[in-house]
Amino acid sequence: MSSIRSLTKKRLFLPIFSMLLVMLINVIYDVACGNPPLGFFVITIKNAVLYGRLIDVLNRGSEIAILAIGMTLVVSSSAGTDISVGSVMSLYAGVCCMTLAGFGEVNVSQYANPLLLGIGAGLLVTCICGLFNGFLVAYMNIQPMVATLILWSAGRAIGLLLCNSQIVYVRVPSFQKLGAYTGFMPTPIIVAAICIAIAAVILRFTALGTYIQSVGINKKASRIAGFNSAKIILLCYVICGLCAGLAGMVATSRIYSADTNNIGLNMELDAILAVALGGNSLGGGKFNLAGSIIGAYTIQAITTTLYSMGVSSAQAPVFKAVVVIIIVVIQAEPVKEYFKKVSSKRAAVKEATKA
Amino acid sequence: MNRKKINGNNLLLLITIALFVLMYAAGCIVYGSKGFANLQSFLNILINNAGLICVTCGMTCVMLTGGIDISVGSLIAMDCMFLAVGMETWKMGSQVLMFLVLVIGVVFGLVQGFCIAYLDIQPFIVTMAGMFFARGMTAMICTQQVSIVSDKFFTGLSSMKFSLPFGGYVNKKGILQMPYVRITVIVAIIVVVLIFLMLKYTRFGRSLYAVGGNQQSAALMGLNVKKTKLKAYVLSSFLTSIGGICFCLNTMAGTTTQATGLEMDAISSAVIGGTLLTGGVGNVVGSLFGVLINGTISTLVKTNGKLISSWSNIVTAILLCFFIVLQSVFAKVKEKK
Repeated sequence: MSSIRSLTKKRLFLPIFSMLLVMLINVIYDVACGNPPLGFFVITIKNAVLYGRLIDVLNRGSEIAILAIGMTLVVSSSAGTDISVGSVMSLYAGVCCMTLAGFGEVNVSQYANPLLLGIGAGLLVTCICGLFNGFLVAYMNIQPMVATLILWSAGRAIGLLLCNSQIVYVRVPSFQKLGAYTGFMPTPIIVAAICIAIAAVILRFTALGTYIQSVGINKKASRIAGFNSAKIILLCYVICGLCAGLAGMVATSRIYSADTNNIGLNMELDAILAVALGGNSLGGGKFNLAGSIIGAYTIQAITTTLYSMGVSSAQAPVFKAVVVIIIVVIQAEPVKEYFKKVSSKRAAVKEATKA
Repeated sequence: MNRKKINGNNLLLLITIALFVLMYAAGCIVYGSKGFANLQSFLNILINNAGLICVTCGMTCVMLTGGIDISVGSLIAMDCMFLAVGMETWKMGSQVLMFLVLVIGVVFGLVQGFCIAYLDIQPFIVTMAGMFFARGMTAMICTQQVSIVSDKFFTGLSSMKFSLPFGGYVNKKGILQMPYVRITVIVAIIVVVLIFLMLKYTRFGRSLYAVGGNQQSAALMGLNVKKTKLKAYVLSSFLTSIGGICFCLNTMAGTTTQATGLEMDAISSAVIGGTLLTGGVGNVVGSLFGVLINGTISTLVKTNGKLISSWSNIVTAILLCFFIVLQSVFAKVKEKK
């Protein structure tokens, strides 16, 4: 009993537990349908590329994982969430594809500008978006959700404007590469792995992670201790913008077009959910990047599972919403206190009977 | 000190009204030849945004307590789909369905309000989950577009016209046409008046301001903070359901993508109308003007004809940004004093 309790107190308990739960549900579903019970885990090589549901989860979950990095930092430092990420992804798509195809073009099979310029321009714009959000939050003292609400609406609209309200196709193999395969490995997995590795190295070997946490725990105290709190919050938002851009890069290359209306749609909920599922408090302070990443892939696993069960993409939000509510209710202070009260009462009764 | 504070808040409202008048006058001058200056085109803004006015009233009440409700757009989609499928597929009476929609609104608000007020979860997260839940439920009810054609009572309500006794104009065929409003506008105006009176003169209305101004002092004053918050969210969802019925009367259909981004319109209208996002300050009259400004922007974009519809989103976002920054500057000035 005590070992179980100490296990539930581990920080990574929640994300790993939910991941295992999703896998278990998959196994049960497979058995119920008469498929081989471990179908979820089977990885085969078809057409010279890796194939399997697990690979699918890793592949499709790349965007959420990349977004989760930035979102974790934002949540930790400013105790709020950046809801503009989905919209900024779509803005990246608009900027990048417009640069590559040339303004007003809808369907091209040749670059108008070099590939790197397109990607660079897109990432620059998303960094500026992050700068804008960060400025409003850090220097104007506006609630993060409200400040990012502006770009939530405007980002997608500007993207649509750049693409003239049309879907811009860039049919060049080198552009599709980022969303397709490198050798036998899906490229998005590699991109996500690189992003995660860079973030992990920076947070581990520099003091940035500690600064961010200290600002999140107490902004005023950190300022008095000598950190420039506002600058650190600003930096977190810029990183979040950059992550949104990278996620947009993968998403855009995947469909080799700027479908501005749909890229990154509702992605912000997935990213926030990943952070919450990772055992991070949405009230800011301490963060756990590994938890967020596992959380991100768990969400993708849930989505993939729902699709394989025949739930349409329009209906899937219902289940996700239920999961969010369950997670935040478990994390809520009054609920925790209630359980503490119950367990302490039980312990008291036990001791009384012993005596 | 006290007087100055009130002045600052009134200033925001004044800026809003001045902005609306300016924008409308500019529209009349530039697009006067396309019929923008007619009284009917002004009434059309009201007709198109009747649902939004109801929603914004509820949103204002929630924002007064310092919270936010972003589930409204999806809730409207769910209401419309429920009404449409109820009438066309389940063949239920529209009166029963409208009553059920209001009940759904209250229950929805109760659940959200309970999570926010009694479990201390951030309003944004709860209502975001509510938003996705409602949007998904819309698809659960039906994934196709359903048009309402069979119910006599509902179609009757929808096509009802109330002509005004003045302001008529002679159209191209030489017939005198009176400007008219739909029943939804009357509902919206009643809602605005009722909420205005409630905020000004009832215990609940005043306690909304008190809770938003400072939760602790409100609690020390003996107000039940949690109950007030719960009631605010129930009121918001209830008014959203009324707005949903108005919306449905306008569109006469239910689709899964209906009213996407309506929450943004409602929030920006309330903010533009002078409601502080931190709570405690706001007024439904301002919110009404906020909606009118939003409506004017989209009408201007439509009247122009050449601009892409996303321009209205961009302009609204710029205005929203302007007002948010303005509020933040005001708050800083107040702090320094």
